[in-house]
Amino acid sequence: MISKKRLKEVLLQLLTLILFLITIFPFFIVIINSAKSSLEIVTNPIKLPDRWMQLFVNIKTIWTNPNIRYASSVYTSVIITVFSLITIALFSAMAAWVLVRRKTKLSNFIFLLFVSGLIIPFQVVMFPLVSFFRMINEAIGLPMLRTYHGMIFAYIGFGAPLAVFMFHGFIKTIPLELEEAAWIDGCTKPQIFFKIILPILKPIIVTICILNAIWIWNDFLLPSLVLGIGQNIQTIPLAIAAFAGSFVKKWDLIMTAVLMAATPIVIGFLLGQKHIIKGMISGSIK
Amino acid sequence: MKNKQSYDRAVFWMFVTPALFAFVMVVIIPFFMGLYYSFTDWTAVAGLKPNWIGFKNYTKMFSDYKFLYSLFRTFIFTLLSVISINIVALLFAILVTREIKFKNFYRAGFFIPNLIGGLVLGYIWQFIFKSVVPAIGSALGIQKLANVLILSNPNLTLFGLVFAFTWQYAGYIMMIYVAALLNVPQELVEAASIDGANYWQKLKNITIPMIAHAFTITTFLTLVNSFKQYDIIVALTNGGPTAMFRGDVVNSTELLAVHIYNVAFKYNKMAEGQARAIIFFIMLSVISIAQVYYNKKSEVEM
Repeated sequence: MISKKRLKEVLLQLLTLILFLITIFPFFIVIINSAKSSLEIVTNPIKLPDRWMQLFVNIKTIWTNPNIRYASSVYTSVIITVFSLITIALFSAMAAWVLVRRKTKLSNFIFLLFVSGLIIPFQVVMFPLVSFFRMINEAIGLPMLRTYHGMIFAYIGFGAPLAVFMFHGFIKTIPLELEEAAWIDGCTKPQIFFKIILPILKPIIVTICILNAIWIWNDFLLPSLVLGIGQNIQTIPLAIAAFAGSFVKKWDLIMTAVLMAATPIVIGFLLGQKHIIKGMISGSIK
Repeated sequence: MKNKQSYDRAVFWMFVTPALFAFVMVVIIPFFMGLYYSFTDWTAVAGLKPNWIGFKNYTKMFSDYKFLYSLFRTFIFTLLSVISINIVALLFAILVTREIKFKNFYRAGFFIPNLIGGLVLGYIWQFIFKSVVPAIGSALGIQKLANVLILSNPNLTLFGLVFAFTWQYAGYIMMIYVAALLNVPQELVEAASIDGANYWQKLKNITIPMIAHAFTITTFLTLVNSFKQYDIIVALTNGGPTAMFRGDVVNSTELLAVHIYNVAFKYNKMAEGQARAIIFFIMLSVISIAQVYYNKKSEVEM
């Protein structure tokens, strides 16, 4: 009886291991093929590379090739992600705070407007958005398409609904007495927000930043419309799409680029695993 | 008193405006513009004023076989993905909530594909389906596998998409199931064991009903995200391969999100693309509301 139970445990352990290996297999394929020349891949994509040094040759090619412009796309992705995260978190927290604290019909309506943004799929607004951005340029001479500020502005607009919604739920649980005491002590409203509320919001800010970082870092459709593929400003997914389309079958370089795109997120995940999983799950169960 | 009120109002607008302004400019205004454009002959050419043409874009859509075919394929893809992702995720979750060695390590491993963006992931799987699978076939001496061209066969390609999407998303859904499974009271399971229930009976009669709340969430998420799938398709198949449908040449994996984009930008019919996007939005809302309503009804009261 005991040995039967033991056998079952071993089998389950083995099943888990096999499923794990299947899950990891694509990463293994990416890693071994990043270290091959194009000829080596064509000959046999599943054997280990002859010389691992080829990996650095490929990385160097991608990094320096003026057609791929990988280095500048890394810079662009970092700038856009960082500025979008800061502005989404700050502006949404500010909005959510006054929406919770000021109970009027108007504030209720504004909150519902934000919530309605959660159910509107991107496909419905994407064509008019591009056309609207062009109109803004024609009307006031401020270019929105193919600019950093246009891209970040779009991310604030698309990121705000979920962030406002999550902050709203959290701020409701903060006791009002805290703010009243500070008000009596002579703090202004902005001081109350920045000195008292914002520090309390830290855990939810972390959650929102993780959710948005993964979304913005990997996003393809929105930047492809706002920034355009093959234009001056390119995020990493746009750069990969541009050269994976033009260098047909240059699998050695595509695999290396894929490896380079995935590595920072995977390392980031392994460092902050607990937070990230908790954050991503709580973001979904809204 | 008057002063305090106007001060409060000033603070309110100062704080709400940055986020609200961006949101209205990027989502709300384009939404209503899009609604209007879908009833016009809008071309997005600068300076050309769109003319009102009523429901023409909408009636045209339902007589266009390309659209109907895309709709049909999207439903199949969504159905297969919801089933496949949830089964795999639940299996993962059951395995990693048992008392096994390295369970945190396994959890992380199953979760990691979710961090890879759809575009990057699509290229990885394109390479696997095109080069790796035949290579494995010839290494093992299996001729069928060595000669298979997955991405040239319309149905195999759709299964390939489901497979790649399951690979990406099952780990995420697993985490929701893990959280739910850890909340199942152990006394109940033990009591059933004492009464002589076997593993399947316990799973069917205790565990599954107790995690019904999680099913509502996971079905909703997988349904919505399958229906909206874009990135993986663009990188993995770009809508292809072509197939015949009612005498028309159609793209077998041009699912709705891709179809909408192609109608507008590839075939240069902005207004028609926009009308299809509106229908896409309505269908998505109806399906998800119906699903949540149905699932909520079958949840057990705690």
